[in-house]
Amino acid sequence: METAAFVVLALMALVSAVVVVTHRHAIVAALALAFNLISIAGLFFVLNAQFIGFLQVIVYAGAIMVLILFVLMLLNVQAEASLRTVGVFQRLFAPLAVLALALLVAGGGFVAAEGDRFPPVDSDFGSVERLGVELFTRFWYPFEAISLLLVVAMIGAVLLAKRRL
Amino acid sequence: MEPGPQHYLILSAILFALGVAGVLLRRGAITILMSIELMLNAANLVFITFARQFDHIEGQIYVFFIITLAAAEAAVGLAIVIALFRLRESTDVDALRLLKW
Repeated sequence: METAAFVVLALMALVSAVVVVTHRHAIVAALALAFNLISIAGLFFVLNAQFIGFLQVIVYAGAIMVLILFVLMLLNVQAEASLRTVGVFQRLFAPLAVLALALLVAGGGFVAAEGDRFPPVDSDFGSVERLGVELFTRFWYPFEAISLLLVVAMIGAVLLAKRRL
Repeated sequence: MEPGPQHYLILSAILFALGVAGVLLRRGAITILMSIELMLNAANLVFITFARQFDHIEGQIYVFFIITLAAAEAAVGLAIVIALFRLRESTDVDALRLLKW
């Protein structure tokens, strides 16, 4: 059951990620990204992170994707002329990115090679209660800081997008 | 065979590299922002995997913060894209070489 869920969700995530990177139309790429975010939320559920999974669907696949789609529609972005850019920088760094992929895959497999399977966890691991208690006791300072960051980002977004002050 | 931590790590490494490739190869500013979201998500998957592996809830707390950060980043990034579009009538990053010498 867990294996089937992992295989299906991982394939969905990989295929949609490839579409995000390669498709010429930004709207299709945005919808593929929403698909990708939802499949990763499914993987979070498999990994006993129910609350984060719901958060992923609501905040990422909901709010952030709507924001991106809204801007795409607003600017009426046309299809890109060509996928590959002409700069020397990109030509130099695209192979390096592939190399980084190889290193990351090898490193990830190597690091986790000894811990072959997941240990059993409590049934309330990743529940709203567990996360809420941690968030409002040990992590209250970062929690307040991140709310300040959201206010700053909100003011910054309004200032940047406004035609004149 | 049940999927172990290494399968999740390899999946997230591939997703992260795809995001890097998107940032390097795409020309549209919004598509580049979407590739950045792809990379953030790959990082989130690693955090959740290790939280599960070591039975520590902290990993999930960090993902909570990263999701908030991604929301702030998307809002500011898209505002910059709108300001650039107003200036240049384009979101092509190759056309933006104001600060390039």
